[in-house]
Amino acid sequence: MTPGRVRFALAALLVLLLETLCRFGVIDRFAMLPPSEILWHLGKILTSGQMWPAIGKTLANVALACLSAVIAGVILGALIHRWRALRETLDPLFAAYYAIPVYAFYPLFIVIFGLGDFPQVLIGFMLGLVAVIVNTLNGLDRVPPVLIKTARIHRFGPVQTALRVTLPFAVPYIFTGIKLAVAYSFIGVIGAELIMSRTGLGYEIGYAYNNFDNAVMYPLIVLVLAIAASVNTLFFLWEKRLIARRRR
Amino acid sequence: MTQTLRTALLVGCMMAVWQLLFWYAGSNALTAPLDTIVATAQLVSSPAFYPHLIETAKAFAVALGIAISCGILIGFTLGVYRFASDVAEPVLVGLYSIPKITLYPIVLLAFGIGMPAKIAFGAIHGVVPIAIFTLGAVRNLNPVYVKAARVMRLTPWRIASRVLLPGAIPEIFTGIRVGFSLTLIGTLLGEMFASQRGIGHLLIQAIGLHNIKMIMALTLLLVVIAVAASAMLLAVDRRLRRYAL
Repeated sequence: MTPGRVRFALAALLVLLLETLCRFGVIDRFAMLPPSEILWHLGKILTSGQMWPAIGKTLANVALACLSAVIAGVILGALIHRWRALRETLDPLFAAYYAIPVYAFYPLFIVIFGLGDFPQVLIGFMLGLVAVIVNTLNGLDRVPPVLIKTARIHRFGPVQTALRVTLPFAVPYIFTGIKLAVAYSFIGVIGAELIMSRTGLGYEIGYAYNNFDNAVMYPLIVLVLAIAASVNTLFFLWEKRLIARRRR
Repeated sequence: MTQTLRTALLVGCMMAVWQLLFWYAGSNALTAPLDTIVATAQLVSSPAFYPHLIETAKAFAVALGIAISCGILIGFTLGVYRFASDVAEPVLVGLYSIPKITLYPIVLLAFGIGMPAKIAFGAIHGVVPIAIFTLGAVRNLNPVYVKAARVMRLTPWRIASRVLLPGAIPEIFTGIRVGFSLTLIGTLLGEMFASQRGIGHLLIQAIGLHNIKMIMALTLLLVVIAVAASAMLLAVDRRLRRYAL
């Protein structure tokens, strides 16, 4: 048996176990719905269309946060890499960055920018940005000197060298940063929505929870987890293809 | 330029940006750096704050203890067996990247409001990275060590405790460093939703009351604690790596 099949079998077993526990009343209906019912409710919610605006808004914000984090992260990474003193100054910040509870800034952003989409996107962006910067730096560190010398022989300017030689070389490392940025954008945006907002999937989950509406809460949680997991898997597969192509 | 000077420069620059932001956004949005430092000092020295601080510290300590012991146990057990680690690693990485904050209603339904829910929420955040790092550390250990141990007829238990664990410690510690900050975030998030006490609760209360001075003071306090702890752990981490084989 391949690891993939074992994983699938284990997941199926777990769902089956939950289903039995719920059906026989070991887990209270008040605490959790059986998985089959969650799926049925999820289907109902998706076909009724009432959640599509919330889903669309959350996904758009996640995409915006992730995209801006990746673009800004790669550009900043390339700049910081060129300027040694700046890098050595910023290194302690990067090392300690993920210990800072970024959500603690969320109330501040709401006060400054208002309770719109922007504070949530900013949280997702801030969480993802440093992961991209750090991994871009890591990739640029590994560029063999011979490539840079070749670029110099061809009289490439700094921008051209970055775009055509060093950044393409660093792509596998940058990809690690992108994957983290994807995950962090989801975590940041949905977390911020849960803490305080007026729309979006996170808000809907919190709203359903406060109303003890398990028939909405569980399907939405499953939906969020399913979306996040499939996006991550897609990126994982894309990365694998990218690396395979490079080896050829 | 020495590293201390650079760090001082970095802190100075951030204070300057903060001050500029204050001038731009006004006192309705945030407080000035100096005022915030004074407010934080007042907060920390006020007796009413201590129960909250102790509550959070207690929840965090227990959550971290659970995250470290469970994380190492899970990672170690899976890492020893090649096939088990092949099966489990993508699952763990997947768990790491899902927004665990959406699980908080489930945690609350399972544990109720209060200390256990906070602890569970903190531990959920911290356990996965520790397990991932431990798994990787044990699996990528030089096979020669285990072969040598087998030649010396060490029992499996002694191989684990005398060879695998010491060899994996530097990497495991990196996992603990990552897990430390995530557990802190998880505990605070748990307090924001599921508690009547603790720093997270004070924060969400201040948000509700639009108490900017309190929000800023708490944020500064959290950042200082988090950065100090992380700098300490990083120093230990680098030391361990230097002495590693």
